[in-house]
Amino acid sequence: MDGQIVKVKNKRGVRVIPGFGLSMGVTVAMLGVFVLIPLASVFIRAGQLSLREFVDVVTSRQVVSGYIVSFSCAFFAAVVNTVFGLLLAWVLVRYDFPGKMFMNGIIELPFALPTAVAGISLTYLYSDKGWLGAAFDKIGIEIAYTRVGITIAMIFVGIPFVVRTVQPVLEKLDRQYEEAAYMLGAGRGYTFLRVILPELFPAVLAGFGLAFARGIGEYGSVVFIAGNIPYETQIAPLLIMTKLEQYKYADATAIALVLLIISFVLMLLINSVQIYMQKFCKD
Amino acid sequence: MSKKQEKTFQQDMVGDGVHSIQKVIEPHQQEPNRIVKYAMIGVSVLFLFVMLVIPLAVVLVNALSEGWAAYQEAVMDSYTINALQLTFLATVSSVAVNTVFGLFAAYLLSKFYFRGRQVFAALIDIPFSISPVIAGLAFILTFGNIGWMGDFLKAHNIKIVFAVPGVILATIFVTFPFVFRELFPVMNAQGKDEEEAAALMGANGFTIFRRITFPHIKWALLYGIVLCAARAMGEFGAVSVISGHLRGKTNTLPLHVEILYNEFNTTASFAVSSILVLMAMVILILRSLIERKK
Amino acid sequence: MRSIHKIEIVFMILLMGILAGCGKDADSAKGDSIEILNVSYDPTREFYAKYNELFAKHWKEQGGQDVNVTQSHGGSGSQARSVIEGNEADVVTLALAHDITAIEENGLIDSGWMEEFDGSSAPYTSTIVFLVRKGNEKNIQDWDDLVKDGVEVITPNPKTSGGACWNFLAAWAYWQEKDGNDEEATKEYMKKLYQNVLVLDSGARGATNTFVENEQGDVLVAWENEAYLSMEEHPDEYEIVTPSVSILAQPSVAVVDSNAKAHGTKEAAEAYLKYLYSDEAQRLAGENYYRPSNEAILEEFSDQFHLDMNLVTIDDFGGWDEAYNKYFNDDAVFDQIYGQ
Repeated sequence: MDGQIVKVKNKRGVRVIPGFGLSMGVTVAMLGVFVLIPLASVFIRAGQLSLREFVDVVTSRQVVSGYIVSFSCAFFAAVVNTVFGLLLAWVLVRYDFPGKMFMNGIIELPFALPTAVAGISLTYLYSDKGWLGAAFDKIGIEIAYTRVGITIAMIFVGIPFVVRTVQPVLEKLDRQYEEAAYMLGAGRGYTFLRVILPELFPAVLAGFGLAFARGIGEYGSVVFIAGNIPYETQIAPLLIMTKLEQYKYADATAIALVLLIISFVLMLLINSVQIYMQKFCKD
Repeated sequence: MSKKQEKTFQQDMVGDGVHSIQKVIEPHQQEPNRIVKYAMIGVSVLFLFVMLVIPLAVVLVNALSEGWAAYQEAVMDSYTINALQLTFLATVSSVAVNTVFGLFAAYLLSKFYFRGRQVFAALIDIPFSISPVIAGLAFILTFGNIGWMGDFLKAHNIKIVFAVPGVILATIFVTFPFVFRELFPVMNAQGKDEEEAAALMGANGFTIFRRITFPHIKWALLYGIVLCAARAMGEFGAVSVISGHLRGKTNTLPLHVEILYNEFNTTASFAVSSILVLMAMVILILRSLIERKK
Repeated sequence: MRSIHKIEIVFMILLMGILAGCGKDADSAKGDSIEILNVSYDPTREFYAKYNELFAKHWKEQGGQDVNVTQSHGGSGSQARSVIEGNEADVVTLALAHDITAIEENGLIDSGWMEEFDGSSAPYTSTIVFLVRKGNEKNIQDWDDLVKDGVEVITPNPKTSGGACWNFLAAWAYWQEKDGNDEEATKEYMKKLYQNVLVLDSGARGATNTFVENEQGDVLVAWENEAYLSMEEHPDEYEIVTPSVSILAQPSVAVVDSNAKAHGTKEAAEAYLKYLYSDEAQRLAGENYYRPSNEAILEEFSDQFHLDMNLVTIDDFGGWDEAYNKYFNDDAVFDQIYGQ
């Protein structure tokens, strides 16, 4: 069969599909110009610190607490976005109901709204005098100016990621497998967990990673809703701003570099899983 | 067997043999299904309402809080219009650049297996994981007075940062991975068998892409472009660092919003934000219309 | 194939757009019109919008060219940074001298800029006051009332907002005076003060918003001019309380010599700042809630400002460099207050 031949060729490392050189060239060139060169400047600047200074900066108590706040809030926000993103994608692809068009239409709005406006609006809503905050305040939950508030802002800016990475895959997913599973007597939940989720998993993971990364880097909206109290509600990007305000470029880039490396490793893991899954499924 | 069921059964005789059986089984599952369905829709609607619709309502309510005339004045202000033009230019540029990049990169990483693909993919994602402030700073450390290319650019009288090119570069940077990110999972899931088959039959690269790859990815591409455009319009952090806030020259809409706000001009700032919301709405409606043609 | 052409066309348009963008900023035209870039901080926009018209008229009458002033506003510190990084300001009008000194240290401003204009190059000043809700329920009269239990204070973070350094120093000056310069005792008070701080916003405007729109806290420690702006926006909702001791906040101005020389705008830039001291401009500053540096004109606004406040100045702290290192640098007093 055809597939057989292709496989043999692959093993010998001969590429059948044309365009490798061109797409490699364009990808490397654009990645270089728009991302890697500017990024190298950040590395160079952080490199002005000696190793000792670098370690001192990134392990100072304030900075470490900033990392903890940023990472923990971004993690929870990404988890919430993953659960609801998956749900939204499912509802939008599989069900018909009035208002679906509208729902599908507004998913990207958090991107278009400047983050500062989002932050101001969310704070207005969730402070203990705001429409929603007052209700939560009655049952003793404070949202604005706490880590919960930070998480809410991060959820807001990350809504589109999971929905929009899962949606296209779900649309292309062949329903035959599910139907076959029902036929064989599998329950809904079981079918979802065993048949659908594995197919969606790489996309869900990618969406989770993106939402998480976005949360870590987010500054504009969070800074309004966080109380910015040292050791409690100061996020890492705020500390970068603090350093810049003191004209300590190298310190600022050092803090950013640690964030970047952690996110990079995370992304690398996610991409590896994604690519591994692809091989696993196809072979 | 009712007449209708018999009909589907007969249809399936030539079909895959699945639908008829499902039709028979379905009535048992219908009830809990419906509850699950409405519960899921309900939760989704509630989530979107609380997390998205209400905050947007706050923007609109504030925008109109001083009446229509004040709204119009804020929106028709010449600085607002300048900012709108720049935002438009930056958005179009970043969509164009990132679409080209996204197509090539997703093609490369999903159709060819080579060592280090994971690293490539992770590198492309970097703009997402980097704080926007640092993204802006990266360009300043490259092209600014304190950057390593600063002297060269100054000698040749080329201005990049604190001028329009810097704003565009920063916007491209923060939206860089969007199109790729949308295309990649779909192209990955699709695999490369079809392309390989076509290539073996002697089709050239462009034909393969146009005839085989593209039909699979057009909706993902549309999503990617819309995401990219929306994010480009709203980008604040990176552009804020690099623009210099020159009124009427390097202020994008989000920056203009912030400046109005900082001048204690709250209503106008929300009014200008609402332009962004409307622009996003227009793009999203356009997308729905294209999708409907499907 | 057609689609390829389309892509090419889009690229051409983009390229042209980018080039046009470069060209436009290349140099300010010499001859009968001149362009000045004034990099300023946040709430000065209305003042400078009016002042620019005033100056354009004045400059023309003096036989100068048509002058076109471009404004740039943002946080004082980040604005200073943008000038260092390559934003080609001809003049800077920032919230505190420390930011201008940073530009000087990068060689863009000639040293001695502070003596170039009167009053340490601060044509208008302000001070730090309290904004409380109408009725002043917690009866806040002076700094001591801010450290009482149950009083919630809103003030921005001096480490991210240059303007907020003045707030900190004003409070410091009060307790220093009260305790006869006992530094440890003052630190204790400052610690209590910041324990009462509910939200430590990154900028002055954010803090105002937290207090006004989101109704957090009992008292906002703010610049006098910004307190007036809030009162203007929400009449009858707030009161201004003036503490017995405060600080003279001196927003400074300077010509960015190297840029102005390169643009050929030095003369106009100097005139632009000098004219801030004219009677018309001083009055305009007063109308925008800044205290005119001209004593006679300040008197004209005596019903607006409490002129009997005891105001210390930055010189009492040994100047900005010393003050910044002592209080706001990493691990300095402010960090210590939050440290333990």
